[in-house]
Amino acid sequence: MTENIVSVRDLETTFYSKVGGFRAVNRISYDINKGETLGIVGESGCGKSVTSFSLMRLIEHPGKITNGQVLLQGRDLLKLSEPEMEMVRGGEMAMIFQEPMTALNPVLTIGAQIDEQILKHRKVTPIEAKERSIEMLNLVGIPSPSDRYHNYPHQLSGGMRQRAMIAMALSCDPTFLIADEPTTALDVTIQAQILELIQGLQEKLNMTVQFITHDLGVISEISDRVLVMYGGQTCEVAETQELFSHPRHPYTAALISSRPKFGQRVRRLKTIEGSVPAPYEYPPGCPFTNRCPFATEICQLEKPPLRELSSGHTVACFHPVE
Amino acid sequence: MTTYILRRLIQTVVVILLLSYFCFYIMTLMPGDPVELMIQSNPKITSEDVARLRTLYGLDQPAYKRYLHWASTLVQGDLGYSRTYRVPVSELIGSKLINTFILSMSSLSLALMIAIPLGVLSALRAGSKLDYLVNFFAFAGISVPSFWLAIVLIIIFSVFFHLLPAGGTSTIGNELTGMAAILDRAKYLILPTMSLAYLQIGTFVRYTRSSMLEAMRNDYIRTAKAKGLSRQAVIWKHGFRNALLPLITVVTLSLSGIFSGALITESVFAYQGVGKLVYDSIIANDFNVAMVSFIISVTMVLIMNLLADVLYGFADPRISFK
Repeated sequence: MTENIVSVRDLETTFYSKVGGFRAVNRISYDINKGETLGIVGESGCGKSVTSFSLMRLIEHPGKITNGQVLLQGRDLLKLSEPEMEMVRGGEMAMIFQEPMTALNPVLTIGAQIDEQILKHRKVTPIEAKERSIEMLNLVGIPSPSDRYHNYPHQLSGGMRQRAMIAMALSCDPTFLIADEPTTALDVTIQAQILELIQGLQEKLNMTVQFITHDLGVISEISDRVLVMYGGQTCEVAETQELFSHPRHPYTAALISSRPKFGQRVRRLKTIEGSVPAPYEYPPGCPFTNRCPFATEICQLEKPPLRELSSGHTVACFHPVE
Repeated sequence: MTTYILRRLIQTVVVILLLSYFCFYIMTLMPGDPVELMIQSNPKITSEDVARLRTLYGLDQPAYKRYLHWASTLVQGDLGYSRTYRVPVSELIGSKLINTFILSMSSLSLALMIAIPLGVLSALRAGSKLDYLVNFFAFAGISVPSFWLAIVLIIIFSVFFHLLPAGGTSTIGNELTGMAAILDRAKYLILPTMSLAYLQIGTFVRYTRSSMLEAMRNDYIRTAKAKGLSRQAVIWKHGFRNALLPLITVVTLSLSGIFSGALITESVFAYQGVGKLVYDSIIANDFNVAMVSFIISVTMVLIMNLLADVLYGFADPRISFK
């Protein structure tokens, strides 16, 4: 029996504006098993980053988590007080971000920024924190870590900065790591290195990872299972291999077929017709309706429930692709 | 770093030389000279006397020769003689400089103590009623002319409530010593400090607010939160530390401004500072005093500029001196 480290139940995050509330995350539910990597994939604006920030409870005004539960090892994070939540952030649960260029504070040294987190979560002296920071910098493969410890972010390359971010995130042995597009801003060669690093560390430290990306190539490499998101909702969840070989949701199928294939020259790349609707334009039913080739009247009006079509393969669609 | 400062100092000296000649030249263009004042005060003076006096004082020489003579004696440490006060300029200006220094420092510290927390607070609550209120008073501070504010303060605190003296630097005729003397001085400082500080508060609040708003929008703020840091640590260590950079420039430059720019405030409160001295000496055609005061002002502005650049380099590790 696998153990759920993370259980998200009916999570709903609403952003308020003058025209009304918009549900960026619309009652999403999923579990992540211990030691597993769940990939969340979706195009820009589908709510994948908002989901991550909701888990960390870092949603800023005018957004608000309006419903649901986020269970981390059985504890509902949404019910914790702010000081309790501070101990979870960066302690049990850590996060790495998309832009290593801007995610580090330019006026503090790398070392100071890692120390700070260790000192917050562990009862250690500043000297012990420094030792731990250098150990972490070494662990993520930064050469001459005790020199880099004294460097400022602008003195490191993009890849090195992302490594430093990872060192920081993992400095307090989190059980759960959220990686929000950690490779998007990097060169392809550096991307591969960072992915390898995350995978290696995950095994070594027995971490559970939620990996967010819009890059299907990256997701197929790193995740055990994949959750496809569209319009703030789950479209499809399946094991990675299964999802790529038998996509059942029309959106997933369209996404996968729009990837250019190696060795094939085509005149035009396939695209999904239309674009993501504006927040206030979503139909009451399935959010993908107006771009879906199989859509019928019911899709427009009713929200398709998540159905398990085969073992571990769940789809929210009235007309799943065969 | 040292070579940078040295080079800047040499530049500073050159600029001072050029500006001092420029000031000197402008003074010679002013209507009237010291001999004319003597003519007015002594109706029995003959035209031979006038010619003799002009030659004696060197006023028949061309401007550049007079400048060279003046500058060379200045370099030798002789600041000249004040014709209106009938004392050497060095004696006259020393105590006034100290008075102005005290006034500048007290108003600057008061302004910073009030403006920084207010600016940070209104940035954190941007768009709230408090923000609007702070902004209203900040704009009022920028817009209100200093002489008007000074007069209003005198009317309120001296005329209506008889709490504070309307003008002066210390109680005349009171031979106070020790603590009593300091308190007596402080009493005379309060109103000019308040009126000078209020003008600065307006500017400082606006700058603090906007740079804080900008700093808090950065990705590293999110990183700091994700590390589990407390709100206070995020605001001050990560937000304010970065917002400080533009503030350094504004504060140091305004410091050079108040050294020379307290002129109006000092005049209204009859406060015996450099600003008042400059004003009086120009009105009285007291060239020696005016020139020395000008040079001090110019030097202050240039030194403060240099100080701003150097401080900036310390505060922002991305800046290097070359």
